[in-house]
Amino acid sequence: MNMQQYNISDNNFEQCIKCTVCTVYCPVVPVNPNYPGPKQAGPDGERLRLKRGEFFDEALKYCLNCKRCEVACPSNVRIGDIIQLARIRYSKSKPSLRDMMLANTDIVGSISSTFAPVVNTAVALKPVKSVMDGILKIDKHRTFPKYASQTFESWFKKSAQPQQDSFKNHVSFFHGCYINYNYPQLGKDLVKVMNAIGYGVHLLENEKCCGVALISNGLIKQAKKQAKINVAAIRKSVKEENRPVIAASSTCTFTMRDEYPHLLEIENDDIRDSIELATRFIYRLIESGKVKIKYRDAAKTRIAYHTPCHMEKLGWGFYSIDMLRNIPHVDLVVLDSQCCGISGTYGFKKENYKTSQGIGSSLFKQIENSAADFIATDCETCKWQIEMSTPYKVKHPISILAESIDFEATRDLNK
Amino acid sequence: MKFDTVIIGGGLAGLTCGIRLQNRGFKCAIVSAGQSALHFSSGSFDLLNELPDRTPVTNPEEAVGALSKEHPYTKLGTQFSFYAQEAKRLLTDSGIQVEGNSKCNTYRITPMGTTIPTWLTLADFATLKKNDEVIGKKILLANVAGFLDFNTKFVADAFEQKGAECKIISVSLPEFKRLRQSPTEMRSANIARVMENEGTLNSLLSILTDNAKGFDAIALPAVFGLSSDEPVKFIKEKSGIPVYLIPTMPPSVPGIRTQQRLRRTFELAGGFFMLGDNVEKADIGDGVVYNIYTTNHGDIALQADNFILASGSFFSNGLHACMDGVSEPVFGADVDFDANRNTWYNTFVFESQKYRTFGVATDEQFRIKINGKTQKNVYAIGSILSGFDALQEGCGAGVSLLTALYVADNLKK
Repeated sequence: MNMQQYNISDNNFEQCIKCTVCTVYCPVVPVNPNYPGPKQAGPDGERLRLKRGEFFDEALKYCLNCKRCEVACPSNVRIGDIIQLARIRYSKSKPSLRDMMLANTDIVGSISSTFAPVVNTAVALKPVKSVMDGILKIDKHRTFPKYASQTFESWFKKSAQPQQDSFKNHVSFFHGCYINYNYPQLGKDLVKVMNAIGYGVHLLENEKCCGVALISNGLIKQAKKQAKINVAAIRKSVKEENRPVIAASSTCTFTMRDEYPHLLEIENDDIRDSIELATRFIYRLIESGKVKIKYRDAAKTRIAYHTPCHMEKLGWGFYSIDMLRNIPHVDLVVLDSQCCGISGTYGFKKENYKTSQGIGSSLFKQIENSAADFIATDCETCKWQIEMSTPYKVKHPISILAESIDFEATRDLNK
Repeated sequence: MKFDTVIIGGGLAGLTCGIRLQNRGFKCAIVSAGQSALHFSSGSFDLLNELPDRTPVTNPEEAVGALSKEHPYTKLGTQFSFYAQEAKRLLTDSGIQVEGNSKCNTYRITPMGTTIPTWLTLADFATLKKNDEVIGKKILLANVAGFLDFNTKFVADAFEQKGAECKIISVSLPEFKRLRQSPTEMRSANIARVMENEGTLNSLLSILTDNAKGFDAIALPAVFGLSSDEPVKFIKEKSGIPVYLIPTMPPSVPGIRTQQRLRRTFELAGGFFMLGDNVEKADIGDGVVYNIYTTNHGDIALQADNFILASGSFFSNGLHACMDGVSEPVFGADVDFDANRNTWYNTFVFESQKYRTFGVATDEQFRIKINGKTQKNVYAIGSILSGFDALQEGCGAGVSLLTALYVADNLKK
């Protein structure tokens, strides 16, 4: 009998030296005493779970999957992955109707977009909010993101697609649910910027929600199904059409690059490097001198940049910060990187509302002391949380760039 | 990405070097694989407590001349005391209040209540002039109920051996009830977060004053002041009798605050701190390094005129030991170590251990070598260096601070 196979886990928790640094940087621990903390929930608990699965603790559901423990870990232990994998393997709790609704961002999105005016009005009404709060346990304090009546995809096909083939260079754009159903303007800004620097933008042959909300709500089978469709479409774009894939959301990007292989066991080695954020894609072009940007004259604007958790994990805040710093009229302050507390669908759940706001409180204070005109960030749910919890507007770096570019001059520079 | 200098390692040495360089007008990035050993800091910085032959040191400035030519301090030459003063100034300028000087070691209190020599001590803690000094004659020793990383009995025993009288109390506040639900999280940093609340501090203060009648000192675990030193000042100023904090088991609250202050100072000076990233490979030419590549930045290289290796010793993975040798994983730099493995350890654990003197080999300017060839633009600083036993000599923080400043000041644009 080969005992080794029972003795070695897929995870790297053996590297843990029990230094407790992860618990210092966990945003949940200080506000929710029911959460055992990343060290206990991750490497420590894993030893027990490997022995007997019944040592699994349902309190692991309080983990936000923000990965700040992994960023802080001096020993490269994938603590967040260990916790999420344990939930996938051992959790017996079944997702509720509410969890399924929150997790299925694209199904709910496509229905809501069709009936956008009705849905937007309805979810803002007090009686509707009370019903959602009472029956569905979606917290009544939450402001629902508005649905657009025309999706990004339908706008794109009608108004942008015909011109795209005329460019020399090409990329595919993974727009994600938020741009498609809630905020097509960001997608339009991205297309405009990419076109100005000489790149044609294309939709993937088939795009599904990246699946981050499905993973966090325990709908793993469906997450895998969607991930496979996305990976196949990305593979076709990269390998056959020679079009790298760009995205605007730090979480979608992180999920497709890292959560697919680590949590869903879907291999993406051959295409992982071709999935990146637009800010990084543009940085590369500017740095290598292939692309030049001409900015418009504008009044000085003070912007505070918030680094979303998955951006922190990617380590790519640098590219967005650099993009904003290069805009001549922008005076940029970088906020101390802290979790805003929403963590996708987590903060919408009634039982998490208090925790969610508690986690975000010190970031909100930083924002209120920033004396900024508005906030910049690359994550849509951070945007909702900050706009709901502070008086500040939040914009995506790509939208800020789109507002700052002299399009005509930039187009001429990159012909 | 183009920088003037890229520093690998974001602990005491890397941050000190980064701050100094930014202030000199160099554009720097620090790549740090997770948080640093400052999270386990005692709250004091040692300069030189003992010579390698175990002779105790009272005046580090005088004693430094007795060190061998391999010791990092010897390479600083006559500038040892200048850089010791500059280090203290850099800490103070970064908002880290410390006491002590490089001409006369003082004493700090350990988590066990014993005293050992040191150089600079954070203002949170007591700085004692003599080894047998104690913080008071009648000491009230208070702990937060349920906090296991602070052993009041050990501390009281140590104080009583020096002639003090101690009373131990355990403070229970309703604010800690929530925290106690999760015993694994009843840790210094989490307690310190609760202690940032003024209401909690006031409740604690009133319990302390009720119990402190007839006492001339209060000793508390260092669970105050995670994000700012305000709670420390508050409790010290409002209590009426002198309050001293005693270090706890890790994580170290004052150490975390020190790390965050240094990082913030570096960032405010314009530096870029890349946390949670690892260097995977380097483009090495004929005696020069051109670029490094990290896990997060993939094919986008970090290009720089100079590189500084501040990745720490074995504990921080700056050095790797295997059965037949010791290596440096980032550049494959030459390492000073004894090929005979039997000499690495001393079976008596409290004696000097030879493996602790192993480290990256450097020339007189702290430049590293690869396969015997000196790299013109790669320097090593801090605990990755060879030639000293930080634990036995009590010189770890000093080597980090002083070599960081020395290398930063000698870089040319």
